[in-house]
Amino acid sequence: MTVEEDLIPHVDPAGVPSDTLTVLGRVPTGATDDEVVAHLAEAARLVRRRDIQMVRAAGLGHIGGEFSVIDVLVTLYLHAMNMSPEQLGDPDRDRFILSKGHAAAALYTTLAIAGFLPPEQLSTFMQPLSNLNGHPARTKIPAVEASTGPLGHGLPIAVGTAFAGNIDGSLRRTFVVVGDGELQEGSNWEALMTAGNHRLSHLCVVVDRNRLQQGALVEDTNDLEPLADKLRAFGLEVVEADGHDHRALLEAFRDVPAPSGKPTAVIAHTVKGHPISFMSNNVAWHHKIPSPEQVEQALAELEAQ
Amino acid sequence: MSTTETPEQVLHDCRDAWVEALVELAETDERVVVVVNDSVGSSKLGPFQARFPDRLINVGIAEQDMVGVGAGLANGGKVPFVSAAACFLTARAMEQIKVDAAYSQHHMVLVGQSPGMAYGELGPTHHSIEDLAWLRAIPGLTVVVPSDPGETAQAVRWAAGHNGPVYLRVSRMGVPAVNPPGYQFVPGKAVTLRDGNDVTLVATGTLVSRALLAARTLAKEGVSARVLSMPTIKPLDEDAVLAAARETRGIVTVEEALTSGLGGAVAELVVSRHPAAVRFVGVHDTFAPTGSVEWLLDHFGINEVGITAAAREIVAGPWSESQNASRHI
Repeated sequence: MTVEEDLIPHVDPAGVPSDTLTVLGRVPTGATDDEVVAHLAEAARLVRRRDIQMVRAAGLGHIGGEFSVIDVLVTLYLHAMNMSPEQLGDPDRDRFILSKGHAAAALYTTLAIAGFLPPEQLSTFMQPLSNLNGHPARTKIPAVEASTGPLGHGLPIAVGTAFAGNIDGSLRRTFVVVGDGELQEGSNWEALMTAGNHRLSHLCVVVDRNRLQQGALVEDTNDLEPLADKLRAFGLEVVEADGHDHRALLEAFRDVPAPSGKPTAVIAHTVKGHPISFMSNNVAWHHKIPSPEQVEQALAELEAQ
Repeated sequence: MSTTETPEQVLHDCRDAWVEALVELAETDERVVVVVNDSVGSSKLGPFQARFPDRLINVGIAEQDMVGVGAGLANGGKVPFVSAAACFLTARAMEQIKVDAAYSQHHMVLVGQSPGMAYGELGPTHHSIEDLAWLRAIPGLTVVVPSDPGETAQAVRWAAGHNGPVYLRVSRMGVPAVNPPGYQFVPGKAVTLRDGNDVTLVATGTLVSRALLAARTLAKEGVSARVLSMPTIKPLDEDAVLAAARETRGIVTVEEALTSGLGGAVAELVVSRHPAAVRFVGVHDTFAPTGSVEWLLDHFGINEVGITAAAREIVAGPWSESQNASRHI
């Protein structure tokens, strides 16, 4: 595997294909399991479609890690979490923190399809004075709980929100998504130790386990394995799931809080760049910008899904 | 305006005022919680822990986690006081202070305990002389350095109601009460503790009392020194500093910190708005040797001798190399 040159091409936004995004909203109440999964699959397809267009237009973004985490995001926002745009002011709603803030485009697009963000704002992604920074900012978007970007920040913050819920006797849950490479930051392990020792049962840590970091495999850089054993040793209930299988993810999230009273870790096994053929599991696509032809090919592959 | 000529000689550990104010506050404000890094004892939080055991979170020796947890508590509607030795809080968790507290504009209070050279003999690893310079560089963060117990208590109460991030520097080195009865802390405002028109001593925190002593000595020499107590380093009271630059012959800044803290802030303002002579009493770009805090303050000339020497330079006239002696006492 070779890392291609990190190219940031000059992009003329006028020449970039863009489209609107249909606000699908949450899975309707009463949907059958199959209908739930179909809703989430369509949402993930639309989110990826809009995401690649945003990255192309901005000439910036982290498309590999965005495509790996999108199925987790839509599953949480459109069904698993007790969280809707109408509930933003409700202290007992669930919380979500994207600790791997470099996947901001995936979060923004998910927020848009869920109705938290006007879809037309997506075309401002990383433009001057846009609220849609390259990394999410809580002061700029109401639905963003934490400003992230530097790695290793989201999990301690999630521990704090879980503590606040405990103190208030609230049933709300806090979900935080960390990248697997991100777990090399020591602050995560400080926070995991705190979460385990204090039995923060309403905390769910989702590891986007795509096995690649910026320039190499995680295992070739500073390996995490045995990850599940480590998380168990820190006092977490560990669930492993296919991070692109909405049904499996739903099952994992449904079990939060775990009956054991421990916080939950969901190791979501994902593929960086999924499901685009030329991006999948290719380390070059950490923050590479697709050419117009590559965008066309990716859109065609998504259409054929 | 007070005419506090001689500070009272009873010395106070401001941590006592901090915890007393905090417990009182927590009785009526359920949002108040505390996060510590195994620092219950060093923050004198025993009474808070005894009264509100469920509202004190000890994450252990983990400063990044501590500040992040504080931000999460703020997200959950709490008003967290994150309390730890200033050296570890500000250095170890600097990125969390920048991002989780300041950039995020969370309502949270970062309480730097035993700052400056309070841990004298323990050495520069445990000194926090950089914090004022570091933290005043961060946008959106209010930096408060109380000078005595009364001001400490008022700053605690104010920070609990201020919807934004605050760094509160609480001293352990004994200080006398310097503010007059009925004094009201106003964020961003200097306090004129003594009027004067020859030179202005701008002091903060533990050193306000020493500036008052220096002013008294200067008065005996016929030098009229204004004493400004500066409890808020950021935002700085620009009006008070510019008035000092206009109305007196120059300014001496006094701080238990690197001179790039209060001194840097005053100099940046003066040089751009009303150039005036400024001398800096504090630690000049060095790590302190071993010694008690009192010994170290004397060693660096952060005392009556050093302050008066710097003031005499200002009064003597235009700056020259030969007048630079007080910088290297």
